[in-house]
Amino acid sequence: MKSLNPKLLLVLALVLAAVANCFSPSLNPYYYDILITIGINIVLAVSLNLVIGYTGQFSLGHAGFMAVGAYFSAWVTLNFGFVLGATTPATVAVYVLALASGGLVAAAAGLLVGVPSLRLRGDYLAIVTLGFSEIIKGVIQNAEPLGAQRGLGGVVQHTDIFWTFSGVALAVYGILALVHSTYGSGFLAVRDDEIAAEAMGINTTKYKVLAFVIGAFFAGLAGGLYAHFKQFIHPEGFNFLKSVDIVVMVILGGMGSTAGVCLAAVILTILPELLRAVSDYPWLPEPVRNLADNRMILYSILLIVLMLNRPQGLFGKLNFGSGKS
Amino acid sequence: MIEFLQQLINGLAQGSIYALIAIGYTMVFGVLRFINFAHGDVYMLGAFAGFYTAPKLMALSGGGPSYFGAGLVLVSAMLICAAIGVLIERLCYRPLRQHPRLTVLITAIGVSLLLESGGQYLFGADPEAFPEIIADSAIELPASWGILSSLTITVGQVIVVGSTLALLFILRTVVLHTKTGMAMRALSLNPIAASLAGVNIDAIISFTFAIGSAMAGAAGVLTSIQQPSIDPLMGINAGLKAFVAAVLGGIGNIPGAALGGLLIGLLEALVVGYVNPTYRDPLVFAVLILVLLFKPSGLLGKPEREKV
Repeated sequence: MKSLNPKLLLVLALVLAAVANCFSPSLNPYYYDILITIGINIVLAVSLNLVIGYTGQFSLGHAGFMAVGAYFSAWVTLNFGFVLGATTPATVAVYVLALASGGLVAAAAGLLVGVPSLRLRGDYLAIVTLGFSEIIKGVIQNAEPLGAQRGLGGVVQHTDIFWTFSGVALAVYGILALVHSTYGSGFLAVRDDEIAAEAMGINTTKYKVLAFVIGAFFAGLAGGLYAHFKQFIHPEGFNFLKSVDIVVMVILGGMGSTAGVCLAAVILTILPELLRAVSDYPWLPEPVRNLADNRMILYSILLIVLMLNRPQGLFGKLNFGSGKS
Repeated sequence: MIEFLQQLINGLAQGSIYALIAIGYTMVFGVLRFINFAHGDVYMLGAFAGFYTAPKLMALSGGGPSYFGAGLVLVSAMLICAAIGVLIERLCYRPLRQHPRLTVLITAIGVSLLLESGGQYLFGADPEAFPEIIADSAIELPASWGILSSLTITVGQVIVVGSTLALLFILRTVVLHTKTGMAMRALSLNPIAASLAGVNIDAIISFTFAIGSAMAGAAGVLTSIQQPSIDPLMGINAGLKAFVAAVLGGIGNIPGAALGGLLIGLLEALVVGYVNPTYRDPLVFAVLILVLLFKPSGLLGKPEREKV
């Protein structure tokens, strides 16, 4: 792996996504749906991992940033979709613009959260980020142009395998490249010992805000992908439990392990589907059959047991590339 | 004017509930320096403890709604919650006492999720109707009060505020005038020095969890007297509001938690009455962010120096 150029891998991933996209019509729609969801979840988990895993700042509001990206990009395509005409290249251009602007607006929201969070750490930060995502939800619920409590429908479907996995490749490559650069070691320094990092002359404030902004950008991107796939978004879809879902992926995969987190995102997306399949076997005891509806019980027990016995996550320090973290 | 007073009365009753929950956050923070995320769910368990014990205990005290029966339900819910709180600390938090704070925080979130989803599994996800343990009717105000007699004050509101004051008084006595209370204060001041002076740290932490959880359990029953619809997720929102209250009053400071709870309750009532009910939750969080930005130590708390 070490001899491979990461940039080459990025290009390879993009080509692979384009090729895979050609086969999507022959794919069972159910599997197609799961595949896209996996991609979106990977983007979410990898971006949250930058905040929690690499910078050590606990955020419980990732779904809020996702909501910002989803609503803003949907609003852009709904209102400006006609500007460039209805030809395919034009709609694609509007779609890409919508995704990018959704990400940027989410990043701006990340800046807004990041700045007050300079003074907080640990538990406080978790609740403040949770509070911010509740505020975002509250604003959306009161915004008539965004459908308020009814949700926003009629978004054109654009997201396909190519766009989703391009997003995945971009997020994974971008965050890995950032963290492994000289500049990016600052994130790890803030995580390992904030006071020592500060004593060494690292601007810990800047790094914390930057982690929030970049994490929020990719969450917004994931939100845009989601909105243009599901075609309908609702404020309750971005609630506290959605944030928890993403947190569980990061912790299960191992904080600070991008490969582990990707793997966890895949597993945790497929797991509910597998559990649902289990309910078809009538000879199984009732609690086992109902596991799909009660997956949160499973997740929470997993979280507690993991923290008590293996705080580094299931896959620990597993990482892409040369094995150094 | 009358409407304003009415909102204040409503806010006072809701604020008492927040104050009771906030005390648990603040006490646990005082001795362990971490936020017990699962505390709001203990409040939910208090409501359900009341829900399941009420039919038996009410029958014991002669059937219909009565103050004696309601007192029994309240005490049993407090005992059940105290046991649950001690159990949570023993199983989940004690093994992690020397671990990084992030690990403990994640565990606390895990416990919170477990109580919520476990509650949905055991009690059912749909709201349940809390049995009527006290006839919650409006009190006839004497006509001699003039314009004030048009206010609506319910029996439930009086009971909630009265019980809260009584519990706060008992708590004050325990913390300030007993040996255990002194050990608790010593522990929150300096754990190492406290243990050198012969304080049994483990026992005191268990005791703190028991008291805090009992208060939350009482809040769960008291809130159900006024709003008899309870569900397994009711602890999320109340817990977060109470946390904001604890921070507003100065986390680690018990009178501060009570004050913060009342203020948050009043703020909520005013927002619902004069602005827009949908802004209630976002505004409370805005208060939290403003407090943390401008006075992180809260109204009554003392700023804490950071030591390397």
